[in-house]
Amino acid sequence: MPPTIRPIQCRESLRMTSSWMTRRAVLQVLGLATLAALLAALRFGSVDLDSAELLRALAALLRGRHDDSLATTLLALRLPRAGTAMAVGGLLALSGALLQSLLRNPLADPYVLGVSGGASCAALLAIAAGAGAAAIALSAAGGALLALGLLFALAHRALFARDVLLEPGRDSAILLTGVMIASLCAAILSLVLSLAPDGRLRTMVFWLLGDLGGATDPGLAVLALATWLVLWLVAQRDAPALNLMLGGDLQAYTQGVPTTRVRRRLIVVTAIATGLAVAMAGAVGFVGFVAPHLVRRVLGPDPRHVLPAASLLGAILVLLADTVGRCVAAPLQLPVGALMALIGVPVFVWQLQRP
Amino acid sequence: MSAPLLSCRGLEIRAGDRCLVRALDLDVAAGERWALVGPNGAGKTSLLMVLAGARAADAGTIALAGRPIGAWGVEALAGLRALVADRWFDPFASSVLDLVVAARYRLRGADAAPGKDGSAESFARACLAAMDCAALAARDVRYLSRGERQRVAVAVALAQDTAVLLLDEPISHQDPRHQIQVLQALSDRPGCTCIGALHDVNAAARFASHALLLYGDGRWLAGPAAAVLTRANLSPLFETAITEIAVGPHRVFLSHN
Repeated sequence: MPPTIRPIQCRESLRMTSSWMTRRAVLQVLGLATLAALLAALRFGSVDLDSAELLRALAALLRGRHDDSLATTLLALRLPRAGTAMAVGGLLALSGALLQSLLRNPLADPYVLGVSGGASCAALLAIAAGAGAAAIALSAAGGALLALGLLFALAHRALFARDVLLEPGRDSAILLTGVMIASLCAAILSLVLSLAPDGRLRTMVFWLLGDLGGATDPGLAVLALATWLVLWLVAQRDAPALNLMLGGDLQAYTQGVPTTRVRRRLIVVTAIATGLAVAMAGAVGFVGFVAPHLVRRVLGPDPRHVLPAASLLGAILVLLADTVGRCVAAPLQLPVGALMALIGVPVFVWQLQRP
Repeated sequence: MSAPLLSCRGLEIRAGDRCLVRALDLDVAAGERWALVGPNGAGKTSLLMVLAGARAADAGTIALAGRPIGAWGVEALAGLRALVADRWFDPFASSVLDLVVAARYRLRGADAAPGKDGSAESFARACLAAMDCAALAARDVRYLSRGERQRVAVAVALAQDTAVLLLDEPISHQDPRHQIQVLQALSDRPGCTCIGALHDVNAAARFASHALLLYGDGRWLAGPAAAVLTRANLSPLFETAITEIAVGPHRVFLSHN
């Protein structure tokens, strides 16, 4: 008897052509989840608040009244930290999503351009010199700008070339320059670490691991959240153009996209986002890489949907990781970066296994 | 006679120290179908890039719809000409329909999305149908065969709805049926002007109204297809012996050594 031949299942026919409606629904769910994560971050910690207390204290704080109740005091501590966590997650995920699209490389993450390396170097030098928290954040931002300037100077041809003829080497030229800057920064980092006095080593290591312990300034948190919003709006305006650029700069150019201008603008957006995030929370890994990936698996690659969704997902991830880090071994606080990867890697790998 | 849609004067294109095209004067009127024919590396793709305004010519001028090509903005240019390149980047999963609808960028801006903008979607589906790709609309572009991907690329260019189509080897991956189908669909578009690089001399002879031969050393020859695509011209062009056979109304070229 001849073997029965089963028809080959056509797996490549897509689930993924999700409709406009699903895309909106996903965004709404993410928005609600962000709110829930924010409330959880405010509620849980070394001391848990119940919902009634939380709401009452929140109302009091919003009206600008600082009574001396425990709830209000805790909230005054947790609110800036939660705001910073959201901004950091949102900024890193935004720049990860932008870089993966700009470089057409799913492996890109916010640290690949060396901007965070520059920020880390400058921050560690500031710590070594005994600077305070604000000075550390400032010098981290300065270091990020310096690294960005270096990238622009070195990858000048690839970034600014007027010739939009298909250049296969262009993306890798930007990527390689970034990797070189990152390596240079890593070398400087190890020098600083090996020469630093023992007393400051612990602060440095924690800073490098990614730590929100220093996020206590409500003004900085608001500034970070506002910057996140502005950068997202700038990027969102270019999202339709970026969507066409996924198909190559030449094609996008012939379809009406001023590719060089868009690319330059978005690289600056990523650099500011990364620099700010690193300045506030140190090098929080993983979120910038993984949030865009997870979102793309559900929504497809169109940056118009990926940018806002990845941004929100990044905010949720960092918020949750930081909340867990504060609760799980309270009163000890675990670094947010490590926790995120500990929870995130299994989830991501499980996602990859699914057909 | 009306003013040409696209015209070149004294156009020169170099690649390194080689001069591919020298002093090219070309007038393309609306509705003409031009075939670019020449050996590998003769500058067909480079010329298409220059005509698309994506690459600067080394000398000479190009006028598109009566204005120098550099005077048009990027977006206005996208309303005048579309380019079908001969390679594609598909770094992420995307459906065929999304890809074609996105090409309406110039016309619809941020609003173009299937399900949201009905007219963009129906136009995109019509473009896919013209390329015999209607059934591929929901497929992931990364898993298409090269021939299918190439027809989708032509559909993407059609969706741009332009007066001029620039095509780089549009049928290089097509089976015999689709070679005819693609070229027939392109010639059937009312008032559509095409400039396409073609390696298939027979397809060129059948569908092109005009032909431009590029020799790769700066020399060129342009004119009506019937006058230019002849055994006497093609043999030296490809440096190989070519026989011309008449089959009914068509001419067929055979190469041999």
